[in-house]
Amino acid sequence: MTSNFPTLVVEDLRTYFYTKAGVVKAVDGISFTVDRGEILGLVGESGSGKTVTGFSIMGLVDPPGRVAGGRILFKGDDIAGLPDDAMRTLRGNRIAMIFQDPMMTLNPVLRIDTQMIEAIKAHNAVSNDEARRRARDILGRVGIPSPDERLKAYPHQFSGGMRQRVSIAIALLNDPDLIVADEPTTALDVTIQGQILYEVQKLCRESRTAMIWITHDLSVIAGLADRISVMYAGRIVESGQVDEVLDRPLHPYTRGLIGSVPSENRRGVPLAQIPGMTPSLLNLPPGCAFRARCPRADNACLTPPEMTLAAPGREVRCFHPHLA
Amino acid sequence: MTFATDTAPALPPKVETPFQRFVADFAESPVAVAALATFAAVLFVALAAPLISPQNPYDLRQIDIMDSRLPPGGQSLAGMTFWLGTDGQGRDMLSAMFYGLRTSLFVGAMSGMFALAIGMCVGLSAAYFGGRVDTIVMRIVDLQLSFPAILVALILLAVLGKGVDKIIIALIAVQWAYYARTVRGSALVERRREYIEAATCLGLSHKRIVFRHLLPNVMPPLIVVGTVQIAHAIALEATLSFLGIGLPVTEPSLGLLIANGFNYMLSGKYWISIFPGIALLITIVSINLVGDQLRDVLNPRLQK
Amino acid sequence: MTVFITRRLLQSCLVIFVMSLIVFFGVNVIGNPIDILINPEADQAEIERAIKALGLDRPIHEQYLVFIQRAFEGDLGRSFVFGEPALKLIMQRMPATLELALCAMLISIVLGIPLGMWAGLKPESAAGKSIMGFSILGFSLPSFWVGIMLIMIFAVMLGVLPSTGRGQTVGLFGLQVSFLTWDGLAHLLLPAVNLALFKLSLVIRLARAGTREVVLQDYVKFARAKGLSPSRIVLVHVMKNIMIPVVTILGLELGSVIAFSVVTETIFAWPGMGKLIIDSINLLDRPVIVAYLLMTVFMFITINLVVDILYSILDPRVRLQDIKG
Repeated sequence: MTSNFPTLVVEDLRTYFYTKAGVVKAVDGISFTVDRGEILGLVGESGSGKTVTGFSIMGLVDPPGRVAGGRILFKGDDIAGLPDDAMRTLRGNRIAMIFQDPMMTLNPVLRIDTQMIEAIKAHNAVSNDEARRRARDILGRVGIPSPDERLKAYPHQFSGGMRQRVSIAIALLNDPDLIVADEPTTALDVTIQGQILYEVQKLCRESRTAMIWITHDLSVIAGLADRISVMYAGRIVESGQVDEVLDRPLHPYTRGLIGSVPSENRRGVPLAQIPGMTPSLLNLPPGCAFRARCPRADNACLTPPEMTLAAPGREVRCFHPHLA
Repeated sequence: MTFATDTAPALPPKVETPFQRFVADFAESPVAVAALATFAAVLFVALAAPLISPQNPYDLRQIDIMDSRLPPGGQSLAGMTFWLGTDGQGRDMLSAMFYGLRTSLFVGAMSGMFALAIGMCVGLSAAYFGGRVDTIVMRIVDLQLSFPAILVALILLAVLGKGVDKIIIALIAVQWAYYARTVRGSALVERRREYIEAATCLGLSHKRIVFRHLLPNVMPPLIVVGTVQIAHAIALEATLSFLGIGLPVTEPSLGLLIANGFNYMLSGKYWISIFPGIALLITIVSINLVGDQLRDVLNPRLQK
Repeated sequence: MTVFITRRLLQSCLVIFVMSLIVFFGVNVIGNPIDILINPEADQAEIERAIKALGLDRPIHEQYLVFIQRAFEGDLGRSFVFGEPALKLIMQRMPATLELALCAMLISIVLGIPLGMWAGLKPESAAGKSIMGFSILGFSLPSFWVGIMLIMIFAVMLGVLPSTGRGQTVGLFGLQVSFLTWDGLAHLLLPAVNLALFKLSLVIRLARAGTREVVLQDYVKFARAKGLSPSRIVLVHVMKNIMIPVVTILGLELGSVIAFSVVTETIFAWPGMGKLIIDSINLLDRPVIVAYLLMTVFMFITINLVVDILYSILDPRVRLQDIKG
């Protein structure tokens, strides 16, 4: 923990899927940094490559996909392309992941204790009793009442919110340095969502864990993340401090995203929407990927824009950003 | 539910009839085409058995007991060559197999056709009328299908006795439930479609709706099940005849030929059993392979 | 749980009742009961005495009641051939059949689940494709044909295994079993493999399909994200999930294995109840036929009942539904 390296530095990461129909560039050269105790929001529509980014960091990209380029520096060491055995000692141990749908992430035929203890014992030489004690403590920490009894339950005996708490507890079991959370609150009721967001944030700050929070929901990110990176068609189009990006979006896409969130102060005004759909990542046309849906597009956009520094800590990939 | 709507392909240069499309899809698998050709050959042999067999194995004047159990390639006293040897009565195995194939296919096809007709009527009525008819019929079908085919056939043959007609009855009884279940299943899906509603609104008779509108649309799964069932029926008939409770010795099918040869096998006279066995195998495997390809081609979920 | 079991028991009783009706009326309406129940070599006076003794002069519903009453007392008639109660004959032969059937089931599970999982984990590999090819063959080949091939190869050509009989047996809890002696095992091997082949193909298919479905589930990816070893993921997370459908279906198939042992027992001269029924049909030993059919039906229904209960124990989700319902 004494190293001076940031917890995670992703540099020009490219994850491609080599399908029969062609190469799908799901993640096409993205870079970001997350440090201890920091929460990075990775925002984008479905199909923008945010989940694949998470799996790339975990080393869980399945064929025909693979990390085709770039570096993933975890505390200074490049873990992209690490052999699976070496990656496994990090996974669930130093880097943990929380999945989207709590109904699907717990094995339905195994008891909670089995699923928690195996995660502890995969990385630590501890006795069953010791592992069980740790599992129980962490269940309590994520707000599960009477954890001793609940340990003996099967997943289907929990509600969705409780299941997600169990998944979060499993991610926290080995006190990781980095947690990749892939839309963990999307499938939950709004009230439960709020509780979980609050608790995750608290746990993260207390233990100084770095976190990447993947979501399509800007309202979730607003109160949670420190910084935010907006993804579109496999690339980051804008990044910066969360308040700045949300208050003064530079990229037309970010602006469109914010405009499509319902909020109280615009009652009666029809919601803005981004026309068109996310482009197919197979054979993307050259130039800016957002061109076809962008109100500001012109001939300049036929060449691909680069990521440019718009202000200190603010980057944007656009020829025509909404500068003040 | 299907992908057909969002991936509507560009119109092909020439408009294909559904049948041409079907043939083209089927021909995509060389294995299936080979299997179909094999089956056609088997069918030809069975149909033309009296014309192409070297001898009529059931005409006692043509058989000499002195020629019995000759190995393949052996010569009869009269100078005839038995390419696949002879059996215990001195019959030419090749001829006996041709005739046996004929019997096997006849029994399989007849039982299949009747079972299909019965199953289709029952399944269609269950699906079309629904309600109590449906419940009762499907309970019976489920109950029967919970017993293995061989047991049902055994029960029936134990009561009925041996004979071509008896075994056909037994095989029909075994199979009809599969057809009924298949037809009912797909008919239930089709019944909710708009074209049936439209036909009902036009005031067409039940009979016309069921047979002219519903039936053609439930045919594809029925054809697939039918192919597999005929292979099953042939195998089951062979099994029952092998056990000695199927066909009488006067009308031997492949199964009975194999059973006859089995007695000689331990003394090393393998050919009496093996050659009919291979014929049976080729028949069943080729039908199954054709059925597999039909399933892939006719399955709407796999359609491109 | 008790509610569930009681409900299932009642259902089973109903099915047994219906089946006894079918068998009874099948025998009495389709066939001539005098032919079926009375020794065909009896003379006229004997026949008349027998008709009276069997109550065949009474109305059919009364006959049915008598038949049921006797069946409850364990009296299903006497064999013409052996002169012994039919039920006793069947019970004597049953252990041999059960031994064969259980052995076949064991072979199909022990070989089928690993092979099927292998094929499911690596569907495109040569091994995966060969396993599937084998299973397609196992489905297509008629069981009796495979049995003949096994005899020809292992007994006639190689001469390494015996082809008929049960071999040396020893008593175990009052039953004679083959699997405890080397000679018995040698005799058991070919018939068991023969009988297992079809179910083995079935288990391979089920395990393969199950594996392919389960490995795509989020919980498998989550297990990988926990840093578990591949062996633990496959052996615990995947296997436990596919075991439930496989065991259920296989349990239901136990009845069909027993039914199909008719074929195997005939080929390998295995002295079980399957061989008994074929011999009885050929010798027209009708009381044994009737008794066999009723016993098999009874056995079937018992198996289905046990499997349903086992299934509810294995799958926690079914258990919960029952508690709720």
